Amino acid sequence: MSTISKEEVARLADLARIALTEEQLDQYAAELAVVSDAVSKLAEVVTPDIPATSHPIPLTNVWREDVVVEGLNTEEVLAMAPFAEDGKFGVPAILGEE
Amino acid sequence: MTEIFKKSAAELAELLRAGDVTSEELTKIFLDRIERFNGRMNAFLFVDAEGALEQARAVDADRAAGVELPPFAGVPVALKDNMCQHGIPTTAASKMLEGWLPPYDATVVVKLKEARLPILGHTNMDEFAMGSSTEHSAFGPTENPWGEKLIPGGSGGGSAAAVAAYLTPWALGSDTGGSIRQPGAMTGTVGTKPTYGAVSRYGIIAMASSLDQVGPVARTVADAAALQEIIGGHDWHDSTSFTNDLGSFVDAAAAGAEAGDLTGLKIGVVKELSGPGFEQGILDAYNKVLADLKAKGAEIIEVSCPSFEHSMAAYYLIMPAEVSSNLARYDGVRYGNRVEPAEGPVTAETMMAATRGEKFGNEVKRRIILGTFALSSGQYDQFYGAAQRMRTLTQRDFNEAFAKVDVLVTPSTPTTAFKFGEKVNDLLAMYMNDMTTIPANLAGVPAMQIPVHLSEGLPVGVQVIAPASEDARMYKVGAMIEAVADEAASQCPVEKYEELI
Repeated sequence: MSTISKEEVARLADLARIALTEEQLDQYAAELAVVSDAVSKLAEVVTPDIPATSHPIPLTNVWREDVVVEGLNTEEVLAMAPFAEDGKFGVPAILGEE
Repeated sequence: MTEIFKKSAAELAELLRAGDVTSEELTKIFLDRIERFNGRMNAFLFVDAEGALEQARAVDADRAAGVELPPFAGVPVALKDNMCQHGIPTTAASKMLEGWLPPYDATVVVKLKEARLPILGHTNMDEFAMGSSTEHSAFGPTENPWGEKLIPGGSGGGSAAAVAAYLTPWALGSDTGGSIRQPGAMTGTVGTKPTYGAVSRYGIIAMASSLDQVGPVARTVADAAALQEIIGGHDWHDSTSFTNDLGSFVDAAAAGAEAGDLTGLKIGVVKELSGPGFEQGILDAYNKVLADLKAKGAEIIEVSCPSFEHSMAAYYLIMPAEVSSNLARYDGVRYGNRVEPAEGPVTAETMMAATRGEKFGNEVKRRIILGTFALSSGQYDQFYGAAQRMRTLTQRDFNEAFAKVDVLVTPSTPTTAFKFGEKVNDLLAMYMNDMTTIPANLAGVPAMQIPVHLSEGLPVGVQVIAPASEDARMYKVGAMIEAVADEAASQCPVEKYEELI
């Protein structure tokens, strides 16, 4: 049984930008260990000589004519944003202050 | 005479063309049924009565004026709630998107509008399509009309339950690991996952982009075939959509329905998907179908797909990895909701974490964390890299099987519909629901579910899997199976359910 520490889950949650409670960190750590165990057998079954498949239907260089079409209505789009001003999306400060 | 709401989309289209009913009358019949049932069933998250009636009246006016109309004009339809419809609340059953009105139509919605199908509303699902029971919907689960407190399957449980309970003649679903087919089996409806690339994904709220595919949910194979014809085809918005013509699915289904002698048809039975892990009632129904097809001349050949045993593991790495990437877009900035942290500094970063922590449900957060783990440095090769190589093996197994047989036929699910709460706390048991459906998503091949028999009063389905781009062949064999199936499996005893309301 593999273990995934609470600290490791906290690090992943931080990478994924998800605020989790202490309780959730414990819960996910336990659950991740179960799922990770269930899927870790894969590495033993597949050998490195098997090529990876990233996509079900192989496609290369899909081209199309570069034509001008109507875009989305800016006002309509901004009306759906949590905060917008002067025709732009608004966000809180992007740099934390000491 | 069958009540009008129980008729297939093809029959309703006939009645509309003959002038026996108007689209407005028909649309009202379904809206009334939705109003009666939805309080208990929770199959619809949003009902667009006004919009649907407006589209219906426009069809009626054009028909009266002698305007040439598409064949199914006026037959109502419903959408899974992860399909953008301009100006209509579309949430993917998540609090993250509660209140959001898409500024554009998904391509499949454009096509439904061009086909002149009034859109009744948006159906319930597991949040962002993650689940097998609709219990992960942020707005409460959908009840399966086959029984009290029964799950309708998932993620597309709302569309399947709505079609089963005759709240709409047909609907659209999306299938990433079985989200159309598994609910189909649980509710006695027909559901197809087309070949990857056969239907545009533009405007579909993405879950795992290399696996997602939109498809029809219906009560007959012929209706499913017709609906896939309506929504399919190339779309310049989606570079993965095909430019080639896959032929007529409706003609293929008709040919299958009429075929008396099946001599020459080679049906593959997958050794790994027909034994342990399946309920006896499922296996009995499945074996009866095989025996009936054999009696009509089909040859049944056992094939082995050893990689299928590991499909689940590969899926539960590839899917969360793509989920963690796709759902990064919900950052509280451009659309959807925003939450600012209750304490500490409010920066873009803390706002994003607070928004995602509060507005995503448990299963969504769990899969994002799992995907982040699978993609993180140090784990990549052991997990994501291994899963991608397993995907190659799955494709090879299909290629080898299809060198010997025309189609594969498997049970659609390991069990019949289970009760609310039965598996929601047992992750692996819930994930096992999709063991039969996942291989087709990994390989991109088309697969459909057909209701075939009852087991202890609940529907059981079988799945037809065909080679990539052979959707027509799948519909043909699907119709052959429908022809030997027990009709009771696709006729929900909805009157009995109505007594509960």
